[in-house]
Amino acid sequence: MTGSKAEELPGKLIAVEGLDGSGKSTQIHLLHQWLKGKGYRVFFTEWNSSVLVREATRKGKKRQLLTPTTFSLIHATDFADRYERQMLPLLRAGYLVLCDRYMYTSFARDAVRGCDKAWLRNLYGFARVPDITFFFRLPLDVALGRILEGRPQLKYFEAGMDLALSPDITESFRIFQGRVLEQYLVMAKEFGFTVMDATRSVHLQQKEMRAIFQKKIDLAAFHKRFTQ
Amino acid sequence: MTAKRFYGIAPAGIDAAKLSGQLIVIEGPDSSGRSTHINLLAQWLEEQGYAVAQVGLKRSTLVGAELERAKEGNVLSPRTLSLFYATDFYDQLENRIVPALRAGFVVLADRYIYTLMARDIVRGADPEWVASVYSMALIPDAVFYLVISLSTLVERTFQSHSELGYWESGMDCGLSRDWFQSFVRYQKRIRNEFLRMQKKYGFQAVNGNRTIPAVDRDLKVRIQQVLQRSE
Repeated sequence: MTGSKAEELPGKLIAVEGLDGSGKSTQIHLLHQWLKGKGYRVFFTEWNSSVLVREATRKGKKRQLLTPTTFSLIHATDFADRYERQMLPLLRAGYLVLCDRYMYTSFARDAVRGCDKAWLRNLYGFARVPDITFFFRLPLDVALGRILEGRPQLKYFEAGMDLALSPDITESFRIFQGRVLEQYLVMAKEFGFTVMDATRSVHLQQKEMRAIFQKKIDLAAFHKRFTQ
Repeated sequence: MTAKRFYGIAPAGIDAAKLSGQLIVIEGPDSSGRSTHINLLAQWLEEQGYAVAQVGLKRSTLVGAELERAKEGNVLSPRTLSLFYATDFYDQLENRIVPALRAGFVVLADRYIYTLMARDIVRGADPEWVASVYSMALIPDAVFYLVISLSTLVERTFQSHSELGYWESGMDCGLSRDWFQSFVRYQKRIRNEFLRMQKKYGFQAVNGNRTIPAVDRDLKVRIQQVLQRSE
């Protein structure tokens, strides 16, 4: 359906992962701006953003109709739509594809919700492993602090309320995020994430991110294909 | 009562031991008479004092409407479409089939994962990936597959619609530019996939070329056995 995952593609796939509040979206945004400014062909895509699937997700979340299984499947549907219509064709065309969250978000959150890990990995079996996955690591308290200070209106699923961890939404959020973090830390080794110390300043992190990026990806090769 | 099982592991939060009803699946191509027979069976079962629930594909409140709309536009990749169907399936499994079985109902399913898997595989999906996606499906108490000859299928399809549908002709598969030719090739491929699955999943083949009352009698005899077995 999508060709072999081992097939060498001219483009490169870069993902960021981490807890809410870890600053990963800011970092990938800055990386995106930098690459765009240099004239590279770059494409940015976000978790849970496919137009086709959005309506169903919104409805399901609003009515609290989702079970762990359908919650997971609906996000996989969204991912597949973006993957097959955008990410993969663009990788074939030699683009730098930047993803704010990738399948690891599902592996972490859905496993916490009780989905079988092997089932989840098979579900996303069609997706390529990114060339670099930056994981923004932050102590739980710091991540919680950032979210709870700035955005006190927590959403039902975001706080893991469907798991009945606590009747108090803030407490539920704390427990849920703690469990998600545990999953990430296990995966960091399993999938060889590039771990970033997210406690440092935004600027310092970005400098390091760009340095790692340049070390792992031969940008000169991308310049050659880019005809202006 | 025989204990229910899942093909793989159960979905999170579902206890198979609490499912006391029976899940009976009718599979077969469009125009094979599935819905006619399900209606006859439902009436008959209720007359005998069994509570009946009917389920089918694309009927979930979660994505049913979106799926319908997306198919009209024909803009989804095959994998997205198959995951959309999987979402619809599990939504119904968890929110309709399982609660009905827990309450002791006989659930009549107008098609099940087999149609979904056959369609995906015919469109080039990796059979192992497909089987894995549906591995949390409950194993039915019985699956009846209405087998119908291609000529009868064509005849009945034209009788009821006087045209061939886009999806049931597999026009998205690029098998032929000729609509009729595509229909024939697509239906053959689906059938071959069903025959392959028949052994693996233990379908009972039912000759659907006969008259409605003849097929109905046949199904009732077999379902009676299923119900007796589980009492």
